[in-house]
Amino acid sequence: MTSETSAQPARAPSPLEWIRRFLAAPAVGPFLALLLTMAFFSLKSDRFLQGPNLSLVLQQVMVVGVLAIGQTLVILTAGIDLSVGTVMAFGQIVMTKFAIDQGFSPLTAIALGILACVAFGVLNGALVTGVRLPAFIVTLGTLNIAFALTHIVSKDLTYPPGTSGASTLPSQLLFFGRTFTVGHTEITYGVVLMFVLFGLAWFSLTQTAWGRHVYATGDNPEAARLTGIKTWRVLLSVYTVAGLMYGIAAWLLVSRTELGDPNAGQTTENLDSITAVVLGGTSLFGGRGTVIGTLIGAIIVGIFRNGLTLIGVEVIYQYLVTGVLVILAVAVDQLTHRRRL
Amino acid sequence: MSEPQQPILEARGLAKRYGQVVALDGVDFELYPDEIVAVIGDNGAGKSTLIKALSGALQPDEGEIRLDGKRVRFRTPGDARSAGIETVYQDLAVAPSLDIASNIFLGREARRRGPLGLALRMLAKRSMRRDAARHLQELKIGVQSMGQPVENLSGGQRQGVAVARAAKWAERVAIMDEPTAALGVKETRQVIDLILRVRERGLPVILISHDMPHVFELADRIQIMRLGKRVAVVTPQTHTMPEAVAIMTGATRGELEQALIKEGPPAELPEEDA
Ligand SMILES: Nc1ncnc2c1ncn2[C@@H]1O[C@H](COP(=O)(O)OP(=O)(O)OP(=O)(O)O)[C@@H](O)[C@H]1O
Ligand SMILES: [Mg+2]
Repeated sequence: MTSETSAQPARAPSPLEWIRRFLAAPAVGPFLALLLTMAFFSLKSDRFLQGPNLSLVLQQVMVVGVLAIGQTLVILTAGIDLSVGTVMAFGQIVMTKFAIDQGFSPLTAIALGILACVAFGVLNGALVTGVRLPAFIVTLGTLNIAFALTHIVSKDLTYPPGTSGASTLPSQLLFFGRTFTVGHTEITYGVVLMFVLFGLAWFSLTQTAWGRHVYATGDNPEAARLTGIKTWRVLLSVYTVAGLMYGIAAWLLVSRTELGDPNAGQTTENLDSITAVVLGGTSLFGGRGTVIGTLIGAIIVGIFRNGLTLIGVEVIYQYLVTGVLVILAVAVDQLTHRRRL
Repeated sequence: MSEPQQPILEARGLAKRYGQVVALDGVDFELYPDEIVAVIGDNGAGKSTLIKALSGALQPDEGEIRLDGKRVRFRTPGDARSAGIETVYQDLAVAPSLDIASNIFLGREARRRGPLGLALRMLAKRSMRRDAARHLQELKIGVQSMGQPVENLSGGQRQGVAVARAAKWAERVAIMDEPTAALGVKETRQVIDLILRVRERGLPVILISHDMPHVFELADRIQIMRLGKRVAVVTPQTHTMPEAVAIMTGATRGELEQALIKEGPPAELPEEDA
């Protein structure tokens, strides 16, 4: 992606220029931040760098990672989606309740859960494009609607009812929590799915016209419109695909936790998905960013949560740290991107 | 009303209001084959609003637009682009974070041949870059690499990219709203040469500019606007620069203007041999 055909033979850049270019390349900053984070925690804890722990980190990252794909798309269009977590929670309740209570076949239940999330995406997109409301307000509204629906539909119960023990959920709902081994490392199917989805998102954003239109719409919506791009269609597609991602994330969450929990996804996932995107170098102003950066950002967030636990930091302080982290990342974004054309 | 030739693009009675502001007040316009028409007027006279109506960027409240004598309604800028009308907007309408080639092909991306393009809808990035580089070279617009984001370009280069995009895709009409506004002397000259080259290709051009010497150098006819109205259409042969400016600012006696309005467009179009 960085090799360019020059219209004119360019002068050979100085070594300093190479370093500057390297640092300015997308995803390099996030990658260095990732290395620093890993170095820090491996110094603090011997267990951190071991295979099982790293595989656990990825397992913890898969839900937020897939949510963050949707969040990246929305933020690239200069929007923001605050409804991610509760929409996913709703999808997760629909899946588990329909599979257990209503006697739907597991795959139908999964499809219905994903569809519920897609419907929320379409609703977000329709309100943002059709009624031209700010994404912030729209998704704050749908956050509450999804939250209410989750509790109404579940009647505040977890699915399956009762406490722990072997989950009675059908195996299809748990598929992405299963693992296979390569060498001595256990790899979760859900983690593989996450990487595949990141690959697809990367392809769509960088190799197709749709991707160009997403960037253009976020960068300068009026210019995009004037060049004949149907920006409302781009926005609607972005929110719809984002909804699809939240639905898939719901499936992954059920697979990991082996239950449908009405209280899931209310605090950490929302903020973590945004933190992942911003840490990954995507600008909240829209039009700049990469999903590869988001993947790295999601892993950084996962490492923070995992590493802080490993070195014995209480959960409540983890909130504090991630809160500070997102503000720092946004501050960097503000400083680097405030100067616009 | 016997015109010697049918206009390519024609507007009748265009009106556009923004609340209290009447941006266009029943404006007529015509563009004949092979000519450069300049539209001049003070700030806020309605020039940009007029060309936005012609390019589908906004919907007039009243009036009609004809392309080759046939009534058209451009609901979106895309409609006008598909009809072969390309526009350089006053604010350039580029996506700053995208590179030059992406901007030139924005909304017109080329897909790869074969299954990668058909099934995966994959972009033909390499050939678009090559194409864009060749195109800019032909137009003598100097930039280092097609892969640079447009925001890294100088104001003049950015304007060059916007003009090049319009020149590349225009098939019937090229519209340019102050294409030399941010340019230095040399770059202005280049854009002017570019406009002349576009006309040589047989494309009629609508040019909005505040630069009277250039307007008088380039234009075959000059439409003068004031307060949302067309007050006159003159030619460099019939009017001097001070006269045109006087009409534009409304400084001359009312009779002169009235006479000019009644006269309307000249019955005889200047002969073209480029
Ligand atoms: N979107 C809008 N909303 C409200 N008023 C507008 C809008 N667009 C244009 N106007 C008003 O319409 C009038 C004509 O504006 P227009 O941009 O067409 O002028 P112009 O002749 O292009 O001026 P300039 O030489 O400064 O570019 C102005 O009074 C302007 O304030
Ligand atoms: Mg204007």
